Parts: sequence; structure tokens; C-alpha cells
Amino acid sequence: MSKVTALEQAVAKIPDGATLMIGGFMGVGSPHRLIDELVRQGRKDLTIIANDTARPGVDIGKLIRAGAVKRLVASHIGLNPETQKQMIDGQIEVELVPQGTLAERIRAGGAGLGGVLTATGVGTTVAEGKQTIDVKGKTFLVEEPLRADFALISAWRADYYGNLSYELTARNFNPVMALAADTVIAEAGEIVPVGLIPPDQVETVSVVVDHLVARSN
Amino acid sequence: MDEKTIIAKRVAQELKDGNLVNLGIGLPTLVTKYLPAGIQVFFQSENGVIGMQPLPEPGVAADALTDAGGTPTSIIPGAGAFDSVTSFCLIRGGHLDVTVLGGLQVDEAGQLANWMVPGKMVPGMGGAMDLVSGAKRVIVAMTHTAKGAPKILKKCNLPLTSVRRVDLVVTELAVIQPTDEGLVLLEVADGVTVEQVVAATEARLIVPATVPTMQLAA
Repeated sequence: MSKVTALEQAVAKIPDGATLMIGGFMGVGSPHRLIDELVRQGRKDLTIIANDTARPGVDIGKLIRAGAVKRLVASHIGLNPETQKQMIDGQIEVELVPQGTLAERIRAGGAGLGGVLTATGVGTTVAEGKQTIDVKGKTFLVEEPLRADFALISAWRADYYGNLSYELTARNFNPVMALAADTVIAEAGEIVPVGLIPPDQVETVSVVVDHLVARSN
Repeated sequence: MDEKTIIAKRVAQELKDGNLVNLGIGLPTLVTKYLPAGIQVFFQSENGVIGMQPLPEPGVAADALTDAGGTPTSIIPGAGAFDSVTSFCLIRGGHLDVTVLGGLQVDEAGQLANWMVPGKMVPGMGGAMDLVSGAKRVIVAMTHTAKGAPKILKKCNLPLTSVRRVDLVVTELAVIQPTDEGLVLLEVADGVTVEQVVAATEARLIVPATVPTMQLAA
């Protein structure tokens, strides 16, 4: 059963105000076409969960520039001054999360865990308002799981069922986000016949992928 | 020799054969240029690779192979790639031997502030909090002062990166080791006196009877 969906149709499923996880690290391994189409369709009031917002006007930076983002959960916005400006001006609410904690919170969301215990952030501003738990004499912060309505992810290669494999540093947050959203839309560099991706190279299994879009026509 | 070169050369001496090392963006990345001969070090890039090395020549970049700043990079034969969860398992799980990070402030408790200046600069912590909390050894590589103002203070007044005490601070003037007793002045740079280091430092420094000069390869 092929999951290939037309770009416009796949993105039209995302309503205004939705919470989206978007894969990528400084734009590398981001679903470029899905992001462009979100901007084109004029989606707004989005909550974005992503490692960063790339650079001004690039990838997730396009959503920032378009004023489509209401809330952002990210680890780093230092290379996008437009995000920082919108944050300081109060246009976007930003929750900054240590990168490892972000990855583990998403993992917890996708794995059905009630949260994460981590030493990262203990005693810093990140710990404000959060519970701590002592385990074997060491203090840990309780960090809650993250889930999204949609995950927009990018893969190197997909088969028509939606099995995905990734390439080098374009992998980053994509595999874990694919497990942590109600609906997963994957954009792939190429879509190949079922059976061509060896089972050992399937990193995201097709059962979690709902829609598949090719990176280029 | 400019101050960044001095710092990078001195930090490079701290890396040992077989170490897994993570370098922060900016000054710390210069360390790769001055590795001691005959040792093999595995550099991790937090966006998902071990075995990173500089691009061997222009024109061989790949879209899917970048460093943590999004700049094209290269990898050695024997490198490994992985997702962000595994990357931070390595960092937080005690697998990372050394992290070298830039700093805005370090204080007498050896605590580091390096991720934000409230109201001015809010880049986010990226992986810095995880690195300082999780690496076996944390080395801060930073200039001793900023526009003449000391960065090594009695108490950090910027938000901390971690409550963990860092292991070594390397500047263009000195090598300083945070300990239970306080900050110990281990070395001074060539041509720099102990008095000059003390004058450029707000924190109290513990000065041993003899303070050797930093030895750097030419």
C-alpha cells in the first residue's frame, strides 16, 4: 500500500494552530518542500518543536519570517537573529531546552514514557519550576515528554510503504520525531520500490509513517 | 602568536590518544589544527557523527555532512553516524572523554556561564548544558578578559551552564585548574608574569611557589 501523497494534499491536512515537530539541524535534514508548502498555504499560529530555526529565511527560518510560528520549543536560535528578535518583541513564545533533553523528551513522548530524569540543567535556570528526584545520591531533573500533532521529517530514501533510511548528519532528530507524533509526513530524497531497502537499513519503520512526499517532482 | 592560537595550541596538548572529544563552535574548533603528532583522537559533532575532520579540499562538500554550525565538514575512514538520541547518549552517558567549550565567565567554584546574556543575547544552550554535565573532562578555552574586563570572577553573574565544576581553564595568559580549595594557577604564558595574570583576574587565584611557563610547539 503506497503512502505517496501529493505535496499540497499532505500539507493541507495540517490545520492552523497545530503542533509540529520538524526534523533537521541548521536546515540539514529538514523537509524543505513541506516547509515551503506550509508557507505557501499560509499556515499560522503553529507550535514548532525543532532543534533550531536554521538561518534567517532558510528552512524553518522561512516559517519564522512568514510569522507562522506562535510558540517554539528548541535548543538553539543563535544563528537566526529573526527568531531572537521575535522572541524579544513577544511575537513568539520560546522555550529553550538543552539539546540532549530535547531529544530524550521527544523519545519519551514516542516511547510512552512519563518523562525523563536528567542531570542536565540541575541548578540552572532550566530547572526553574521543575521537580527534582534523587536517585542513588544524585539529583535529577524531571523533564516531561513531548508529543506533536504532526511530525514533518526528512529521509534520504524511502520505499512506497514508507520505510525510511537516512544519511549522515541529515539524520539528527528525524528518526525520534517519527515516533512522537499522531501523524507523520515524511519527505524523501528518493522513493524506491518496496524491497529495495534492505531490512537492516530501515531506520524508521513504515508503520509509523502516514504520508510520503518526494523531495522533487 | 595571536591569543586564539596560544589557547588552541595549549588545549591540544590535553588530548590523549584514543580520546572521544567534542569541540564547541568558534575558538575550540581551532584545536584540531594543533593535535600532537602520533595520536589519534575521535572528534564528535553533536549533530550526529564521530570521526569528523576538516574538509580535505574545496569542492568535496556533501549536503548531508556538516558540523554543528551547519558548515560542510568531512569524516575519517572508520567514522560513524547516528541520530540525536545516540549523540546525546554518548555525551550524557559518560562516553565522552573531553569537551572543549568557549566561555563568557568562570568563577571561583569553577562554574561556567556560556550560553546567554539576559536581554542582549539569547542564543540558547544547544548542547552546552549536556556537554558540561556529562563529559568526563570539561576544558574551557576562552580569552582571559573581554574588552579589558575580567571573565574569571568571584561569582558568575550570568546564568550558569551547569553547576558542575569544570576541570581546566585555558586562556592566552594562563592555565588555571579549579579545585576544592579554589582556582590554582598552573601555568603562565610566555612573557606573562604572575602579577599580570592576577591583575586580569577578579577571582582569587591560588599561586604555587613556582608557576611554570606554558610550553607551546612553534
